[in-house]
Amino acid sequence: MGASVHRLVVAAVSTVGAGGHAPVPAYLCCVPAGFPSPAGDYVESEIDLNEWLITNRLATYIVRVEGDSMAGEIHPGDRLIVDRSLEPRHGDVVVACVNGEMTVKRLTVEDGKVLLAADNPAYPPIEVNGEQELIIWGVVTNSIHRLR
Amino acid sequence: MRELFGLIDADSFYVSCERAFQPALEGKPVVVLSNNDGNIVARSRESKALGITMGMPFFKAKPIIEKHNVTWFSSNYTLYGSLSRRVFDTIDRFVPALEHYSIDEAFVHFDPGRHEEDAHEIRQTVRQWTGIPVSVGIGPTKVLAKIASAIAKKHPEYGGVVDLSGDDADSYLKDFDVSDVWGIGPRYSQFLKSEDEPDAAQPDLWEGAGLPRIRRKLKIETALELKNCPDAWVRKHLTIKGLRLVWELRGISCLPLEVFEQPRKGICCSRSFGRPVTTIEELGEAVAMHAVRGGEKLRRQRLAASHMTVFISTSRFRQNPDEIYSGGASWRLPYPTSYTPALVAAAQALLKRAYKPGFVYHKAGIFLSDIVADSERQQNVFAGIDDERRLRLMDAVDRINRRHGRHTMRPLAVGGARGWEMRRENLSPRYTTRLGEVLKVRAC
Repeated sequence: MGASVHRLVVAAVSTVGAGGHAPVPAYLCCVPAGFPSPAGDYVESEIDLNEWLITNRLATYIVRVEGDSMAGEIHPGDRLIVDRSLEPRHGDVVVACVNGEMTVKRLTVEDGKVLLAADNPAYPPIEVNGEQELIIWGVVTNSIHRLR
Repeated sequence: MRELFGLIDADSFYVSCERAFQPALEGKPVVVLSNNDGNIVARSRESKALGITMGMPFFKAKPIIEKHNVTWFSSNYTLYGSLSRRVFDTIDRFVPALEHYSIDEAFVHFDPGRHEEDAHEIRQTVRQWTGIPVSVGIGPTKVLAKIASAIAKKHPEYGGVVDLSGDDADSYLKDFDVSDVWGIGPRYSQFLKSEDEPDAAQPDLWEGAGLPRIRRKLKIETALELKNCPDAWVRKHLTIKGLRLVWELRGISCLPLEVFEQPRKGICCSRSFGRPVTTIEELGEAVAMHAVRGGEKLRRQRLAASHMTVFISTSRFRQNPDEIYSGGASWRLPYPTSYTPALVAAAQALLKRAYKPGFVYHKAGIFLSDIVADSERQQNVFAGIDDERRLRLMDAVDRINRRHGRHTMRPLAVGGARGWEMRRENLSPRYTTRLGEVLKVRAC
């Protein structure tokens, strides 16, 4: 059992996120003397948000949203977690470079046409035609919205 | 099957780091400047084509930069270091062993048989995950891998991967300039390309001895010609190091992968000032700051130094020789230390010996040597050592400065906000290491 606890500990530490700090679990199996604690068999590492929010640490970046064109799920000032290793799919929220600007939009592919749509109906979708250069920089996997 | 080496090398690394977060700069001319925005240290392909040369002073390049709308950046070493780690960690997932050779180059071992496939996959993955384009050179030795990567960079039509482990290696080596071979410095390349042996280049000596002057053609211009030189001749003129290099060219591996970091022989902290400096007080603050940096570097690697040199100099470009001065002073510390107050005190004392009034100083620095690991410090009962309390204090200071920024907690000797920090007028954000500086994306 002790060995399996060790493996858990290592797994948690290896997923330190981009620019973040992973909690380092205390060494809990050390029992100096006397009767071993019955809780020792049930030790787990603390919940690590990095592990939950980030799948591929090396390809993950954090960006900050300016503007309300994605209002609905993503708000001005939110931090987005972007994974550059994912293949963009229809319906993904992506960070894209359009006409030299880094923008966050929803990628939709309809009848072979690529659209960068805003969630906020006040903003028209951007249709990507042959003349415009579109670089999908990464796929947004999570958005972090602070409440206070 | 025999061992295979790879050299994976980022293309215009600093420029690529800036472009990773500004993809609109792809295909446009970009340069990155050195400390204090002094010289050009990185150029995109497009900037090279405009005639901007490596090391060119910024002010000299400015007309080209303005005319062609070249984007320039101050160097953002925090960002480059962070992306370098990401690139190396990504490569590490594909290869059995990796040596960090420099901030933008890594030697690796490839699994023979699938090396080409792995090389292409590494290129593609690094590009997608980090935005950094890399070239891969493959060969049976490090020297050949390095040549292969240089060819891959020079000839994009090869798709970023060149393999010199096959039978056709010589067809590449016959076109490869000998001066670009790893380990052949400018002096050796001049010698190799010259027409005569060095003895014959001194005709007086030959004629004075009444001997006929022998001209033996040398003219070794390419890597292939060097490869085919006889061992005895190479050993005589290029030493054993040169012989090793020639063997490597022949595919006999003499230089192993150095997976473990070599212990450092010395730590140098120096920088040119952004403005003229004349007084010993100002120089004192600068060397104190370098001593603080030196202490941080030592402690990060759990090392201690027992020898210190302080050096100061005027600009090399001053016209009047009376205005040029370069001086230094050294001292053996009583015991190996990484304790900042001890290093600062030593640096200040040495500066007093090196300083001469009446000069306009351009640069100051310290060099720490005789470096030992913390674990092997010799205890000196009379002079004392860095005791537990000092180490704990430094540990606390380092943690505060890591969290709240460099020099948050510093010795008084470093002074206030005099601006010893670099001049960096066009610094990009530290996208990957500061939450407050992450990439801004527009939703409007």
